[in-house]
Amino acid sequence: MFFYYLQLAVRSFRRNRVLTVLMVLTLGLGIGASITTLTVLKLLSGDPLPTRSARLFTPVINPWAADSEGAVEQMPRWWGDMMSYTDAMSLLHARKAKRQAVTTLTKARIAPTKPGTYPFFGGGVLTTPDFFAMFDVPFAYGGGWSAQDGENRARVVVISSALNNRLFAGRDSVGKMLRVNDHEYRIIGVLKPWAPQPRFYALNFGDTYGDGDAVYLPLQSARANHMLPTNYSCWGPANTAHMETSPCAWVNLWVEFEHAADARAYKQFLKHYVQQQMALGRLHQPRVWLYSLTGFLDREQVVPSDLRLQTNLAFGFLLICIVNTVGLLLAKCLWRSREIGVRRAMGAMRRMIFAQYMVESAIVGITGGVLGLVFAELGLLAIRHQPASYAHLAHLDPSMFAATFAVALVASLIAGLLPAWRACVVVPAPQLKSI
Amino acid sequence: MLKMTHLSKVYRTEVVETYALRDFNIDVKEGEFVAVTGPSGSGKTTFLTIAGLLETFTGGEYMLDGVDVSGLNDNARSKIRNEKIGFIFQAFNLIPDLNVFDNVEVPLRYRGMKAAERKQRIMDALERVGLASRLKHYPAELSGGQQQRVAIARALAGSPRLLLADEPTGNLDTQMARGVMELLEDIHREGATIVMVTHDPELAARAQRNVHIIDGQEVDIAEEPRFQAEQAASSHG
Repeated sequence: MFFYYLQLAVRSFRRNRVLTVLMVLTLGLGIGASITTLTVLKLLSGDPLPTRSARLFTPVINPWAADSEGAVEQMPRWWGDMMSYTDAMSLLHARKAKRQAVTTLTKARIAPTKPGTYPFFGGGVLTTPDFFAMFDVPFAYGGGWSAQDGENRARVVVISSALNNRLFAGRDSVGKMLRVNDHEYRIIGVLKPWAPQPRFYALNFGDTYGDGDAVYLPLQSARANHMLPTNYSCWGPANTAHMETSPCAWVNLWVEFEHAADARAYKQFLKHYVQQQMALGRLHQPRVWLYSLTGFLDREQVVPSDLRLQTNLAFGFLLICIVNTVGLLLAKCLWRSREIGVRRAMGAMRRMIFAQYMVESAIVGITGGVLGLVFAELGLLAIRHQPASYAHLAHLDPSMFAATFAVALVASLIAGLLPAWRACVVVPAPQLKSI
Repeated sequence: MLKMTHLSKVYRTEVVETYALRDFNIDVKEGEFVAVTGPSGSGKTTFLTIAGLLETFTGGEYMLDGVDVSGLNDNARSKIRNEKIGFIFQAFNLIPDLNVFDNVEVPLRYRGMKAAERKQRIMDALERVGLASRLKHYPAELSGGQQQRVAIARALAGSPRLLLADEPTGNLDTQMARGVMELLEDIHREGATIVMVTHDPELAARAQRNVHIIDGQEVDIAEEPRFQAEQAASSHG
């Protein structure tokens, strides 16, 4: 019977071309608008490390000291949720989590050795050894450095896949030398393409979205060569040559637990640490925070609040489109009451009439979905031309492609339910009375 | 074949009860051609819609082909309509965006019949009404008489036990009406049971037996003054 209903639907569309075009257009516009905003929302609010995020946390403590400039109550979170080097390294060395890494970002000046090429700037991550294992960073060649390399200020570097393609045509470059900020570094690892979105480990240090960083250097080695973080907050006179001892917050600490439940114990440890430091006169605020990865993204307001509003508005618009389609389908159904009466007289059961109209609605929905896909692509094309850091990432991925059709189908089925119900409860006798 | 005993149909509103049929009795035997006559508003069409299971009744008993239909649910009634009853309407009631073939196919589709059998039955039915050459025509491309023949073919295609005709010639001119009536008579001669509602005494006279309804009740026409007056008027006219 399904194919019979399909045939009937096509005939019905042919008979009411204008009405059909209107319904498809209405649904297409609603679906297009909602999928466009949903794609951007998903892009911005996506989980950058879905397999690990539940076990990844970042602690935050208030570094305010007695000699801080201004009252801390008047400047909430003025330190940008970063940590001082002293606190971060103390917590790192306490090794209270399965893995831990201190991170900060720098602008690295990379000078290729190839004749005729010019130096350029690339994103540099200054970090500690656990970074790669903790964030599940994939290597194409080689690997990361050891804690000993960090302590020894070894001049080693891990480079990104993009940089390896640019400088070494994608070949295994482990063992080759790379000049970064006028110092020679030995390449010990080459990553596979890796660019988590959003760039959660760099929220305070530049673009939240991007193609990933170019070089990854041991924090201590880079500092020994005077590489500076791109962002820091200080509460006293800062000496950039001695950032480690300056009253400044400029690193983040990330920790990975065996189980998410271990976070409670770690927070307790964090509180004890702060109390201890307060007793020593270093810290003056007892409050601590321990954010999960996704909690940290919320905290840093990675998703602009107006985008959520836009998404809600787009879905509101879709609802209006569905209501309009319901109206048009209802009008069509009432107009065909006589035909329904004839079919019922010929032996059609109510569920058969219901199925016939639902198939018709589903076809409207699927066609609307295809049109919505075109509108969504156009909408995303427009977004890619916007001056936003995430703009170039706004593409329809397979999951959103599937979501488009799911939304289309659900929308059309919702839109079709009432008209199909009205159709199947048409009382045949009055429709068949002779004129 | 069709037996109604003390059947009643009441339309109720908050303030009034209207009897469309009251203590109505009829017994149509298999193979009979019965005309149900009566003035407008007498309850003829209500009788026909109840007989065709398009409407429920309020009281009494209705046996169709040996089955008590009063307790049947909508699905069972639809199944009986599909398999045992053929309808012929005054206004033809063909579906305008289906061609002749597809219109005749409608009841067969709901029976879940295989395509080859459907095609054979449709062709046989259209041959029977003399429209086998108009398969691809749409209702709007046919005359009134041809449309009614398509409707008859649709009613016949499913080989129903009972044909219900509601003023089958009411929308046709005399010549076309005669053709349709002759067709119905032929179908009856081949063994079909036909119940035809009409207010036309001439058509009614061509049936084997007449049942006259006035105010929702069957009456003995010999004792009905209004009928005698009508008969007198038509014989003088």
